[in-house]
Amino acid sequence: MTRMDFEVVVLAGGASSNLSPLVSQELPKALLPVANRPVLSYVLELLEGSNLKDLIVVVEGEDAAQLVGGWISGAYADRLHVEVAAVPEGVGTAGALRSISSYLTANDVLIVSGDLVTDVPPGAIAATHRRHGAVVTTLLCSSPVSGPSDSGTSGGKEKAKKPVRHNIIGLDPTRQYLLHMATGAEVEKDIRLQKRILQAVGQMEIRADLMDAHLYAFKRTVLQDILDQKDKFQSIRQDILPYLIRTQLSSEVSRNGLVSSESGSNKSAVQDDLRWLSQHREIAPSTFQDSQPLSLKSQRDDQRSHKCCVYIANESKYCARLNSIQAFSDINRDVIGEASHLSGYSFSAQNNIIHPSAELGSKTTVGPQCMLAEGSKLGDKCSVKRSVIGRHCRIGSNVKIVNSVVMNHVTIDDGCSIQGSVICSNVQLQERVVLKDCQVGAGYIVTSGSEHKSESLARK
Amino acid sequence: MAQKKGQRGANSVAADDSEVVSRVPLQAVLLADSFNLRFRPITLERPKVLLPLVNVPMIEYTLAWLDSVGVEEVFVFCCSHSQQVKDYLKESEWTKPTSRFSVTTIESHDAISAGDALRVIYEKSVIHGDFVLISGDTISNMNLAQALREHKERKKKDPLAVMTMIIKHSKPSNLTHQTRFGTDKVLMAIDPQTKELIFYEDKVNPSQRFISIDKTLLADNTSVYLHNDKQDCYIDICSPEVLSLFMDNFDYQHLRRHFVKGLLVDDIMGYKIFTHEIHSSYAARIDNFRSYGTISKDILQRWTYPLVPNFQYFGNSSKVKLDREGIYKASDIVQSQSARIGAVTLIGSGTTIGNHSVITNSVVGHGCTLGNNVCINGCYIWDNVIIEDDCRLNHAIVCDGVHLRAGVVLEPGVILSFKVEVGRLITIPAYSKVSLRPQPSIQDSDEELEYADASSAVIESPSITSMVSSRNAESTPNFSVMENSNSSEVGIAGVGYIWSTYEGEHEEEWRHSIAPIPEAKLTELSHAYHEEPDVSYQFVSNTPVSGELQLDSESTGFDDGDGGDYVDSTDFDKEVEATFHRALTGVNQETVILEINSLRLSCNKSHADCVGALFFSVMKLGLEAPHSSNSELYQSIAKEINKWKDLLKHYLKSVDEEASNICSGTYILYGGLNDCNLQSKIEVILKFEEICSETATELSPLFCTILSYLYEKDILSEDAILSWESEKGAADESDKIFVKQSESFITWLKEASEEEDEDDE
Repeated sequence: MTRMDFEVVVLAGGASSNLSPLVSQELPKALLPVANRPVLSYVLELLEGSNLKDLIVVVEGEDAAQLVGGWISGAYADRLHVEVAAVPEGVGTAGALRSISSYLTANDVLIVSGDLVTDVPPGAIAATHRRHGAVVTTLLCSSPVSGPSDSGTSGGKEKAKKPVRHNIIGLDPTRQYLLHMATGAEVEKDIRLQKRILQAVGQMEIRADLMDAHLYAFKRTVLQDILDQKDKFQSIRQDILPYLIRTQLSSEVSRNGLVSSESGSNKSAVQDDLRWLSQHREIAPSTFQDSQPLSLKSQRDDQRSHKCCVYIANESKYCARLNSIQAFSDINRDVIGEASHLSGYSFSAQNNIIHPSAELGSKTTVGPQCMLAEGSKLGDKCSVKRSVIGRHCRIGSNVKIVNSVVMNHVTIDDGCSIQGSVICSNVQLQERVVLKDCQVGAGYIVTSGSEHKSESLARK
Repeated sequence: MAQKKGQRGANSVAADDSEVVSRVPLQAVLLADSFNLRFRPITLERPKVLLPLVNVPMIEYTLAWLDSVGVEEVFVFCCSHSQQVKDYLKESEWTKPTSRFSVTTIESHDAISAGDALRVIYEKSVIHGDFVLISGDTISNMNLAQALREHKERKKKDPLAVMTMIIKHSKPSNLTHQTRFGTDKVLMAIDPQTKELIFYEDKVNPSQRFISIDKTLLADNTSVYLHNDKQDCYIDICSPEVLSLFMDNFDYQHLRRHFVKGLLVDDIMGYKIFTHEIHSSYAARIDNFRSYGTISKDILQRWTYPLVPNFQYFGNSSKVKLDREGIYKASDIVQSQSARIGAVTLIGSGTTIGNHSVITNSVVGHGCTLGNNVCINGCYIWDNVIIEDDCRLNHAIVCDGVHLRAGVVLEPGVILSFKVEVGRLITIPAYSKVSLRPQPSIQDSDEELEYADASSAVIESPSITSMVSSRNAESTPNFSVMENSNSSEVGIAGVGYIWSTYEGEHEEEWRHSIAPIPEAKLTELSHAYHEEPDVSYQFVSNTPVSGELQLDSESTGFDDGDGGDYVDSTDFDKEVEATFHRALTGVNQETVILEINSLRLSCNKSHADCVGALFFSVMKLGLEAPHSSNSELYQSIAKEINKWKDLLKHYLKSVDEEASNICSGTYILYGGLNDCNLQSKIEVILKFEEICSETATELSPLFCTILSYLYEKDILSEDAILSWESEKGAADESDKIFVKQSESFITWLKEASEEEDEDDE
């Protein structure tokens, strides 16, 4: 593939508060392990796969930036050309972009959220973006069904839960243009659609089963203009994207209005319509300002017309964002399970990955869709199902680990039972601890015999 | 033997469910009344369904279509001019033995809506199975078989699928509906898989830039198509349940506005409506003059084939020959050599056309006489019309028996009703409606009826009869000047009233008129929808911040506060005040209480808000009374308070009830039910304070006096005053002015209560 003239910005976030206690000063969100490698690596390798090797990674907070930068230079030194930029915490995605926007020079900018785990090729989005000459192209994918799909323990509860409505998205009949977008939680009662846009397309498909994957291709000039002019915009998703969607097609439509004659009002309406369609479908003009070849009324020329497009990922593609603890568990489970091709590991005949250096005691079973990293030791009669266990963990005898993620250097003493939980690094679980749906922050010690359910345990 | 067996076999099959359904003959309900006034003044004299559409009464088209789709029984519901409809049907081919279906008329004179009509039909219990519901002004050539089959199959699977609505694709332009049919566009949401209709809106407020759709629509469906490009054909396949639904919901009047929306919104018993989209066939309803014109042209252009003028479908239509360019001519017309007939025009039999006349895009009926140099464009001229020399007609409807004298000009959108005569050289202004009938004086907005006068076939209005008879006596055009207040409107030797348009309707006249939409309006229309979108930005940013926001640790910088609420509350105060003022003009207090209560519920306010607003109104009343000194002011206020104390007390008292009903859960924590009561009393004091400090500063010296007066009259209780004082204890010095002012009163209260306590002991 030749150079696509795309620049890539990866928004890697910082110490996201809603992921506590998993993230901490020592472990920013970008470095959270998914199948024992940082979540950011999935995005970086995805981009590498599309031959996008010049990246800017934006991290919130100096310390986090140092950590992320250190890891990237170690892992990708020879493969990618990455610049890590630190922005103050809490500036928002738009703020983060604003601080680096002056470095952008390419025609188009691909903006990827650092917590995205997907196998949708970014090149496809970039190509769609170019083909339509859009100002923004968004990746949409099927909403993941939240919660462990096949866990026996909480199965009953999950069934009652309806799939989360991530976004409400309006598409044109060809499913190429983005006409409306709202976040499920944002919509209190009514979905408010812009009549103008509906009138322009005639038919709008409203989907509730799609999710905005936070992978966008922007036309650079437009993005920079918006960032400059709308200095209150803080978020791509909240401010910039809605703004672009709202203002799209504006000039085309108003131009149509001027061409209406008295005779055969019917016919003129048809013509208007055709003209509009032809503009709408028109194939990618090279630059943004040129996208009005049919503009007859010059007084409208200064007004921009633009299109917001979508790339809808095939349903078979995996796409998830690590933006909640639930998502963290889900993604870890999926990457060694149904989306195992993402992990980059080769699975054994038992459909699991056990590092050769790992030691298993007698009568210990490690089921399918499990991962056991290097240097970890399991005692006798242990049982591990659908779980990820990190490096150098010491696990005693008679330990049950189901549907859980255990990070590095964790000590688990005899007789513990762990279900649906996340155990961070350097945690010590003393004897006969029972955890169900818990999160244990780094370095925490759970005293022997204690039982916890749906709790978040962390050092004060 | 074999035959017998076969019969038995057939019988046993018939017992099967599906067979039972199919054995019920297909029935249709034809509403021969549009239940609106759009075709006035013509419909004062003849029912809409009998008006000629390309020289054939509209009902013929509908009946012909029903015949073609295999309907076996038709129930024609007539209301206005029912006798005319019945007489017509009696004479028509449809009631003759050769007809393929039976036509039964059902008559009712008190039905004012389609809902009423269906209720009457239900009571007759003539409908046994699925039926086609259609209005007598619908033109179609669609094949119903597939829609019927789909409807039946759905019904079998899901007994709640009671109706299938026929829709048609139309152009998505925002102008299409307006330019073609003169109606607003319809907004529908349809499930792409099942074709279930989940949202229907035919009155989209053009001033709103947003369409609001209930989020719950998406609760069950992951994908919904929102259509702006569909046209409602007003042909429905209904199950008998529809009739009983109309029975159960006696307030349903309009088929779409009430029934369809009601079913979708209220989710009554889970009944569902489905849609069937037709693609290549034609279906449209004549709703107003504009659609009358559009559909006439469609017929001439043969979109409605086989329902076209030269096809021998209608028993009573005479032979018409089709020439090139869509010119239809009856064989017996008399046409001058120099006359020119343009494209898409029909000339009825027995019509004569004079020299140098030009007729384009028009329909001319039977037996018309057109003089020399007549120019007709885009007009619908019915039967036996006489148009003298040099008349110019542009986009007008001219009914039977009209006589236009030489040099008359009809501007676009003119409607001349039956037998109107227009004098020489008169120009009838655009959008005028002229009728021999005087315009009904009072327009009851609720009444949506064609003129329901059974004996209206003949003109009998006494004031005009004399004129008409005198006209008949003297048929020469140069008849003496008729200086009559009526005739003067349509010129010398003219007969007819020019109807004035009702207030507010004139604005809308161009929408429904047969004339083309003025260019200015078109531009305005297309612009109306797309104002500068940027303006809406602030508006939108008010939407609550999403959950994702926290996920990304982002926040929007736009906090506009609760500006919306503020507007609400002042509105509410104003409304309460207005209601209260009605009470002054003699409305009984009970009614006022009722009205305020309903206001309270609709604005989602508490009782305390009501008291506050009411109290404000009372005080204002007192302030408005003329006064020169403080004591006079006090007098007038005291008078008002005394007068309205019952009303105020009602609210202060009813708060108690509310407390027991609503607040119990929340307020119990704060010290019992009484607290609610207290709350609203404090609200009164706070409001009072507000009045004194903001609206009427002259009141402030009287604060304490009035406060004690309120206490005296038992409107305020001492605990309310005391807790007000303690509430104010922490406030700024500036806020404390009134507390200080009433200090002595409060101390007195405190002492009094202590004494009381002592007494108790």
